[in-house]
Amino acid sequence: MNAPVNSKDLKTGSTRRELVVGATLVGGALLVGCGPGDILAVGAKADFGAFGPFIKIAADGAVTVISKHIEFGQGNHAGLAAIVAEELDADWSKVTVEQAAANAKVYANLGMGVQGTGGSTAIANSWMQLRKAGASARAMFVDAAAAKWSLPAAEITVKDGVVSHAKSGKSAGFGDLLADAAIMKPPETPTLKDPKAFTLIGTDRVRRKDSQAKSDGTARFTQDVQLPNMLTAMVAHAPRFGATVASFDATEARKVPGVVDVFQIPTGVAVVADNTYAAKAGREALKVTWDESKCQKHSSDKLTADYTQWAAGKGTLPEKTPWQAFETRGDATKPTEGQIFEAAYDFPFLAHATMEPMNCVAEIGGGKNKLTFGSQIPTVDQLNTAKIVMTLPGKVEIETLFAGGSFGRRGNFQSDYAVECVHIAKKVGGGRPVKLVWTREDDMTAGYFRPLTHHRVKIVTDKDGYPVSWTHRVVTQTLMKGSPMPTKGVDETTVEGTKGSPYLKATPVVDAQVLLPDLDVPVLWWRSVGATHTAFVMEHTIDQLARKAGKDPVAYRMAMYEKAGATRHMAVLKLALEKAGPVTPGWSRGVAVHESFGTAVAQVAEVKLVDGVPKVGRVVAAVDCGIAIAPNQIAAQMEGGICYGLSAGLFGRVSLKDGAVEQTNFDTYRVLRNSEAPHVETHILPSGNAPTGVGEPGVPVIAPAVANAILALNGQATNSLPMVKA
Amino acid sequence: MATTLDINGKSVAVSATSETPLLWVLRDEAGLTGSKFGCGIGQCGACTVLADGTPIRSCSVPIASLAGVKIATIESLGGAHALQQAWVKHDVPQCGYCQSGQLMSAAALLASNPKPTDADIDAAMDGNICRCGAYQRIRAAIKDAAGLGDASETAKA
Repeated sequence: MNAPVNSKDLKTGSTRRELVVGATLVGGALLVGCGPGDILAVGAKADFGAFGPFIKIAADGAVTVISKHIEFGQGNHAGLAAIVAEELDADWSKVTVEQAAANAKVYANLGMGVQGTGGSTAIANSWMQLRKAGASARAMFVDAAAAKWSLPAAEITVKDGVVSHAKSGKSAGFGDLLADAAIMKPPETPTLKDPKAFTLIGTDRVRRKDSQAKSDGTARFTQDVQLPNMLTAMVAHAPRFGATVASFDATEARKVPGVVDVFQIPTGVAVVADNTYAAKAGREALKVTWDESKCQKHSSDKLTADYTQWAAGKGTLPEKTPWQAFETRGDATKPTEGQIFEAAYDFPFLAHATMEPMNCVAEIGGGKNKLTFGSQIPTVDQLNTAKIVMTLPGKVEIETLFAGGSFGRRGNFQSDYAVECVHIAKKVGGGRPVKLVWTREDDMTAGYFRPLTHHRVKIVTDKDGYPVSWTHRVVTQTLMKGSPMPTKGVDETTVEGTKGSPYLKATPVVDAQVLLPDLDVPVLWWRSVGATHTAFVMEHTIDQLARKAGKDPVAYRMAMYEKAGATRHMAVLKLALEKAGPVTPGWSRGVAVHESFGTAVAQVAEVKLVDGVPKVGRVVAAVDCGIAIAPNQIAAQMEGGICYGLSAGLFGRVSLKDGAVEQTNFDTYRVLRNSEAPHVETHILPSGNAPTGVGEPGVPVIAPAVANAILALNGQATNSLPMVKA
Repeated sequence: MATTLDINGKSVAVSATSETPLLWVLRDEAGLTGSKFGCGIGQCGACTVLADGTPIRSCSVPIASLAGVKIATIESLGGAHALQQAWVKHDVPQCGYCQSGQLMSAAALLASNPKPTDADIDAAMDGNICRCGAYQRIRAAIKDAAGLGDASETAKA
């Protein structure tokens, strides 16, 4: 889940997301009649050893940091381990990371209230928690040494896992002092370092701990799980969302060597086999007749046409679908004098298209309720599993593995593919392991897309070309459907980025509304969520307004930021431009700036058109993410986020036709390839603020920067994505 | 019908039927799970292995066509291959799922072309998708392993 939890929310500790997920917990709690923390904790006793749930230290002094967050690419394991190692003064070269078990009581994301990773919160919510854990363990070693050596604790220092007393020349490793330290009382309020004294955080020494395993084939993904007696399953899914199984003929499927069983489950017909290829061959031989009487038959073209009408105030709105205001200022009913700028923008459905298609291993029955997979929100996966197998959520064990990407896809209130695997494993029974494998085609057509979205803006500008009135309409699907609690107020995931924009803040009259038609097309957060479309609309609109006013787009932005008090926007834009230097001859330049998840990012993109297709050569990114913990990984997230956003901006499009998804694999869903990737230079704004996330904020900035470069090149605005039409 | 394959220098008898794609034999039968399933149609490159030194998409090559062919998987690189060292040095992987395939394509490139140009890298690596977008580091690591200089870019605070 790339849920919109920002740093401000983390401080108040109560977020809309928490309320929503909290309601899931209440559902579970009602089921069993006790508190959410208790029912979700695995096992009654929480025996985490002397240094608490986040730190294990071995007899040889080696430090293991327990990560409550899944590592699916964004490098959080490196950052989380570095926070602990910094305060503990551990030897970084000997620090390893281990994945925590599912246990919401101990391992909740403090920004969500449940155990889960997303919304670029892994580092942000863990920052103080892990600093305290590290500092507490360090104090225990200092106290142990002081007692053992009969020396004042204040004179004892720790460096690289070695505890020393300079004057006496005494020193001992963590391993030597382990038994003594383990019986020390942890301090109630451990003393944290002054960030100026950090020796690891913020340095290039903070590198990934998983690069070797991910470079030699030994990193373990769900796809790689092999267990004794394990079966592999594939499922024949409905060709259209909402269709159900009318009947099926498994005669031929059962003849396929290796096929063990064929049976119906809620989402289709499962073929269970001894190995993956047999499951696939079995599924191909299966004949299913689908009942499509109740399924949706949407087409992207018709949806786009409808959304365009509705945003323009024409046509008939769907029932029970009102316009909802999300930002209002001044009196929009009074006509405003000035020049009028109008534009509309269209965004398609997008697939997350992680490299590892969705999959899960489940062992159900015979006293076992275990899932092994890349679980993004273990608490929700526990709850959804518990409902099927009729147990307490805390009795569902989850072993979280590396996941081959998520980008939002694996954080799902329905736990869709995990639940599918649980149904199959339950039917197989006896605790026999079942690995559900989705093919790429399953993955791409099963949905949970970034919703198809339409924006319309009407802006009145003053004599200097600045907005005096801004009318904004968004039509998209809510991402909160299926959440256990009806959303109160506007679903912010649909409008964040337009809502809260400094450009709106700098405009005296604002009338911004969203319409959320209910389509029965499964949609979900997609890396950077609302900003995937709002950042494009705001940033590309601003460039057009600036050019219409005959002003430089950078100066125009700066004037509006000044008015809005958007000092971080100004700082990152200034830094990016400074580092970018003069425009590379032969290239056109575009800039864009956007803040999401508490992190402000500016990008300067150099673009040329090659046979009419945008080629992005160089991107200079500046980022303000508070204190930089792992600069190398912040750069990696800018590089990767830019590729992800550029892939969607140039090529990404899932389309529906008569209810069926037209793209099935990478031959029809084009993604960015190596030769199309820009060279990214990342610059981090020095900051003393608490860290904010970097997994998502680099994503939404690149497409508008590219569109703005094209606008500068030939005056052509980009009013629909992707830029390269199939 | 048993088929004998030459995998990583070892003769391996497999029981899969002859039309079975190599990938599933490697993963499910030979227990070599480094090569990954990504698309099943030879579009993403996650399953790339070498056949007599040439990169192939093992998801789309039936074992029937591989009699007498030397197959090399990621496991054959040993963990300390110059490319693997460069991959670690540059922290190339993010989710890591595509990297076995990336490395095998890169290994084939350097074996036949020890000093590749950017255009050579484009041609050799465009069949391998990385959704995390580690492309820039993949390129830098290939150049580093080839002794073409350390082109790494890290954040400048």
